[in-house]
Amino acid sequence: MLNMTDIMETIKMIQEENLDIRTITMGISLLDCADSDIDRACEKIYNKITSKAKNLIPVGESIEKKYGIPIVNKRISVTPISMLLAISGGDPVKYAKTLDRAAKTLGVNFVGGYSALVQKGFAAGDLELIESIPRALSETEFVCSSVNVGATRAGINMDAVAIMGNKILESAKLTYDRQCIGAAKLVVFCNAVEDNPFMAGAFHGVGEADCVLSVGVSGPGVVRSALAKMNANSALDLATMNEVAEVIKKTAFKITRMGQLVGSEAAEMLGVPFGIVDLSLAPTPAVGDSVAHILEEIGLEECGTHGTTAALAMLNDAVKKGGVMASSSVGGLSGAFIPVTEDAGMISAARSGTLTIEKLEAMTSVCSVGLDMIVVPGDTTAETISAIIADEAAIGMINSKTTAVRLIPAIGIADDEELNFGGLLGSGPIMKLHKQSSAKMIKRGGRIPAPLQSLKN
Amino acid sequence: MKNERAVVTVIGKDQVGILANVSTGCADAGANVIEVTQSVLDGYFCMIMVIDIAQITTDLDMLKKNLEKRVPSMVVHVMHQNIFDSMHRI
Repeated sequence: MLNMTDIMETIKMIQEENLDIRTITMGISLLDCADSDIDRACEKIYNKITSKAKNLIPVGESIEKKYGIPIVNKRISVTPISMLLAISGGDPVKYAKTLDRAAKTLGVNFVGGYSALVQKGFAAGDLELIESIPRALSETEFVCSSVNVGATRAGINMDAVAIMGNKILESAKLTYDRQCIGAAKLVVFCNAVEDNPFMAGAFHGVGEADCVLSVGVSGPGVVRSALAKMNANSALDLATMNEVAEVIKKTAFKITRMGQLVGSEAAEMLGVPFGIVDLSLAPTPAVGDSVAHILEEIGLEECGTHGTTAALAMLNDAVKKGGVMASSSVGGLSGAFIPVTEDAGMISAARSGTLTIEKLEAMTSVCSVGLDMIVVPGDTTAETISAIIADEAAIGMINSKTTAVRLIPAIGIADDEELNFGGLLGSGPIMKLHKQSSAKMIKRGGRIPAPLQSLKN
Repeated sequence: MKNERAVVTVIGKDQVGILANVSTGCADAGANVIEVTQSVLDGYFCMIMVIDIAQITTDLDMLKKNLEKRVPSMVVHVMHQNIFDSMHRI
């Protein structure tokens, strides 16, 4: 039978420690919507999305009520649009507007999949789609875009890297009157995963089933408070790092179990197969829901100081170990996220100057994604952004992990001001970058060859 | 038979008639009370009630709202038992 402590623990996690289901994301394949006539393809897309996902919001809400747990976002991911564009040609923004219209009809928060996979080269439709990204993001509200520019088995497409530096800058410029929000909806990946339910990088890979439901859990607040409780209990006798890892693992287990329950129940109610649980610690700007604060609870004065990388590596690994035991279908990005503007602790560490771009880059080599939601000066050159993408892609390529770049150039904002997106996207100060040029390297283009998989030292 | 149970928790300052009010609320909704645990610590009342919701005539969210009206100033939660089972049982 249930005991009182367990029941109170669950209620406390939800009420006080911001435990929630971050997203239920329905992945929908659009391959059967392809048509040589772009308008007909758009109509098929609209019809397929609105019929497959018509119950997504009501089902989400009924589960929220049944279990008393908030499901923060309901989202949709679709087949990379570049593939449909390859067949239809025409103005790619039509697809973006169709996705936007479907999102509005359904009431979902975001639609991901305005994407292209170009890690080895550009196929038909890829360049046209990439070219249209800034316009698509500025003319739509709910569409998210991602481009995969590298992979461990393919190397890095430096031509694509060079283009994406420009596109990030253009996306920010076209939306400068809306806090440069365009750039916040654009992710550049290396080793992108096909089943990620988190935005802005979600798309429905071609290896996936026609329609699946995946879930992303969150819970930095729960992990932090579990550690705080442990610290309080062992005030005289400091817990060792492996004991800390053990506490994180157990907490991640519980969080993931809840995700598995909600995901499989939602999938059943919607009559689609259950995809994966993404067991990521995804922070929000809310107080107490911060990954940085977990690192500080482990024993760092402020996130970004020496020791941050080690603490994060342990955290990330422990989260995965706990989660893998809790669910037989773990996937997506799974780990700890470090989006700067979405994390109260990161924002304050960035403001104080403890958290710098170099430290963030080091952190991305041991955690789940990459340089995420970082505000950079508005006068940053496209080549510098491309060089940052190249650095990050190299970390992902060599370490066989997913890395991503989501930078927001703060167009028309002074260096001491901040961008404020509101809601889950948060706000953040402008992070200093190096002034020295990387233009010559970026101009070379071509490809960085795929790395050796042996002789790893 | 399918296991359809929910957990009702009521927390707050102790007052007259909490148990009676909550039980009546559950009965009105067609929920059978299976188990009740309660304790009073420093004047704070904490009750956990497991109810059978197989025959329930409303949804859990409505039940929660009704119970909140019956015991004002108390914090009431009504959650399906599955969530506790999945989090605390392997």
